[in-house]
Amino acid sequence: MAVDRTGTPLVELRDIRVAFGGVHAVDGVTIDLYPGEVVALVGGNGAGKTTLIKTLSGAHKCDSGQIYINGEPVSITTPRDAKQYAIETIYQTLALAENIDATANMFLGRELKTSFRTLDDSAMESAAREVMGRLNPKFLNFKVPVNSLSGGQRQSVAIARAVHFNARILIMDEPTAALGPAETAQVTELIKQLKAEGIGIFLISHDIHDVFDLADRISVMLQGKLVGTVNKNDVTKDDVLGMIIIGKLPGEVSSTELEALHE
Amino acid sequence: MTDVSTQPDPVATSDDDVAGSGGLVGALRSMEVDTRLIGMLGALAIIWISFHIWSGGTFLTPRNLWNLSVQTSAVAIMATGMVLIIVSRNIDLSVGSMLAVVGMAMALLQAEILPDIIGFDHPMTWIIALVLGIALGAALGAFQGAIIAYIGVPSFIVTLGGLLVWRGVAWWMASGRTIAPMDSSFQLLGGGSRGTIGGFLSWVVAVVASVGFVVLLINGRRTRQRYGFAMRPLWADATIGVIGVGVVLGAVGYLNRYFLPPLLARQRAEQEGLVWPEGGLDIPLGLANPVLIAIVVALIMTFISTRISFGRYVFAIGGNPEAAELGGIKTRLTTVKTFALMGALVGVAAAVQIARLNAAVSGLGQLTELYVIAAAVIGGTSLAGGIGTIPGAVLGALVMQSLQSGMVLVGIDAPLQDIAVGVVLVVAVAIDTFYRRGST
Ligand SMILES: Nc1ncnc2c1ncn2[C@@H]1O[C@H](COP(=O)(O)OP(=O)(O)OP(=O)(O)O)[C@@H](O)[C@H]1O
Ligand SMILES: [Mg+2]
Repeated sequence: MAVDRTGTPLVELRDIRVAFGGVHAVDGVTIDLYPGEVVALVGGNGAGKTTLIKTLSGAHKCDSGQIYINGEPVSITTPRDAKQYAIETIYQTLALAENIDATANMFLGRELKTSFRTLDDSAMESAAREVMGRLNPKFLNFKVPVNSLSGGQRQSVAIARAVHFNARILIMDEPTAALGPAETAQVTELIKQLKAEGIGIFLISHDIHDVFDLADRISVMLQGKLVGTVNKNDVTKDDVLGMIIIGKLPGEVSSTELEALHE
Repeated sequence: MTDVSTQPDPVATSDDDVAGSGGLVGALRSMEVDTRLIGMLGALAIIWISFHIWSGGTFLTPRNLWNLSVQTSAVAIMATGMVLIIVSRNIDLSVGSMLAVVGMAMALLQAEILPDIIGFDHPMTWIIALVLGIALGAALGAFQGAIIAYIGVPSFIVTLGGLLVWRGVAWWMASGRTIAPMDSSFQLLGGGSRGTIGGFLSWVVAVVASVGFVVLLINGRRTRQRYGFAMRPLWADATIGVIGVGVVLGAVGYLNRYFLPPLLARQRAEQEGLVWPEGGLDIPLGLANPVLIAIVVALIMTFISTRISFGRYVFAIGGNPEAAELGGIKTRLTTVKTFALMGALVGVAAAVQIARLNAAVSGLGQLTELYVIAAAVIGGTSLAGGIGTIPGAVLGALVMQSLQSGMVLVGIDAPLQDIAVGVVLVVAVAIDTFYRRGST
C-alpha cells in the first residue's frame, strides 16, 4: 500500500522559521505530506517539532516561510483559519478547558445548536458518544468536568475532538503519551483507518516503534533544523536514532559514532 | 432529528447511573442538586431565624421580607453579571462608580434634558431614559473591556482606574448637585407602594413560573429519553418539581400578605371605586417591580450562561484561556461582550436605584462594587475563574442583604455592621474552599 506521491502534496510547509527572542525554535524547515500518508516528525526535546506544527494549526504565526495546501499558498494565522482548511490538531498539552465536560470540550468553538440558536447539548452528547465508541469504548464520563478525568481519558477526549470533525489533515502531537496499552492499540488502529480514508497525518512521537509501525516517511529535527526526511522502508531504527541524536543522515554516520550510539 | 419511532437502546452508563448510596446525601445526588446551593439555603435559613428571634419576631414578617426583596434587587442584578466577569478570570471594580455615572445620566435626561425636548412628564420619558441609560452602561463596560482585551491591561487595573474616573465624572456631570425628582412613570421601576404589580398579578406570575418550571423538567426528560441517555429517577424529578413549585407559590403567597397601610389602601379603594368596608380592606402590594426585574434578569442571565455559546465560551476561557483560543473562540471579543453585559446590568440597577431614591447624587453606589463582588463570591463563584452560577450569586446577594437589614433591624451600630459583613465574607469563602478541597 504505497503512498502515491506523484501529484501535488496535501500540505507543504516551506522554509518555515520561528524565533522566540534569540532562540531559533524552527529554522528554515521544509516538509510535506500527501493524502493517505503518515509523516512522523521526530527529534529530541526542544527540537522544535511542536512549534513547527503550531504554525500549521494556527496557534503560532511563522516569522517567515509559506504554507501550501493542495499546492495553493495559504495564510493561516488563527486556529479558525486552520479549521477552515479541515486541519485538526491534537495538542501535546491537550488544550482542554478543565472546568467543562468532555462533550463541551469536544465541541468547543463549534457547538451544535437547536433551531432557536441555543446549545443542543443532547445532540452533542450523542455525537460524542458515537465518536468515543470508535476510540475508547470504555470511556463513559461525558458529563463530568474534564479535571476529574485521568490523563489517558483526557487524551481520549482530545483525540475524539480532532477525529469528529472530518479532518483532511490531522496533526497529532504525542497523542498516545498518556495512554495505556489497550488504548494505544486502539489509537494505532484508528490512525491506520484514517490513513486508509485518505487523510494526511503528521504524527509527532518519541516512540520509535510506533513511528516505524505507522509512518510512511520520517522527518527528523534537531535544534530547529530539519536533519532530513527519509522513507521508512529505506532505513533502520538505528539510522533514525543517529539522525535524532547526531544529526547526520544514514550514510554520513561513522562507525565510531554508531558505536557510541549503542553505549 | 425528532424521529421518536426508532427505539434507541438504553445505554447503560455507569457515570450517569447515580442511584445508590442511600440516605439524604444519596437522595440529593439522585436529584443532581448542587450541594453548595443547599448549603447556602441552610446558611440563609440560619441567618433569617436568628434575626427573627433576636428582633423579637419582626424579621420574618411579610412586611420585612418584602422590603428585603426590594433592597436585594439592585445588588442581585449586578451580581449576575459579576459572575461571568469573575468566571472569565477578570474582575470589575468599577460597577459602583459606573452606577453613579449612569444613574446621573438617566436622572439628568428625565429631569432636565427630555422635558425641554418632548415636554414635561411625557409618557415616553421613562423608557427613553431607561434604554439610553442601559446603552450608556453597556458602552462604558465595552470600553473598559476593549482596553482589557485588546491592549492587555489587567482588568483589576482598568476597573480600578474606572472606579476613580467614573466617580469623578459622576460628580462633574452635575457639579455635585442632587438631581430630583424622577419622572412619575420612571419612579415605578423602584418599587414603593405604587411600583408593584398587586396581589392578583403576583399569583399569575407564580403560576406561570410554576408551569414553566414543570415544563422545563418534563422537556429535559423527553430530550434525554429521545437520545436514550440515562435519566434521573422519576421520583427525583417529581420531588424537584414539587419543591420548586412549593417554594414559588409559598414565597408569593407569603409576600402577598403584606398589605397597603390603611391610609393608602383607602386612597386606592377610592381610586378603583371599591366600597370601603367597616374593618378596612386588605390590599396586597404584590411583588415589587425591582424584584420582578431582578427575577427576569436572573432568568435571562441563567439562559445566557448555560444555554448559548457565549456563556459556554466565558466558562471555557475561565477554565483554560489557551484552550479556548485554540478551539477557535474569539476570546477578546468575548471579553468585551462580557464587560458590556456587566455595564448594561449596571444600567438596569442604576435605574432601580434612582427610581427608588427618587433622586440621583454623585455618591450613588459607593462601595457597591464590593457588595456585588461579595455576593458573587459568597454565591460560589471562584476567583480563580471557571466556576460560578447565577442562582448562587442571587442567593449570595440575598445573604448579604439579609445580614445588613437584620443588623439594622436589631439596632447594631454601623461600624459593627461592617465588621460583621467582612467576617462573614471571609468565613463563607473559607468554608467554600474547604468544601471544594474535599469534593475534588
Ligand atoms: N512560547 C514559547 N516561548 C519561548 N520559547 C519557546 C516557546 N515555545 C517553545 N519555545 C522554545 O522553542 C524550542 C522548541 O520547542 P518545541 O516545544 O517546539 O520542542 P519540541 O520538539 O516539541 O519538544 P518536546 O519533544 O519536548 O515536546 C525550545 O527551545 C523551547 O524552549
Ligand atoms: Mg512538543
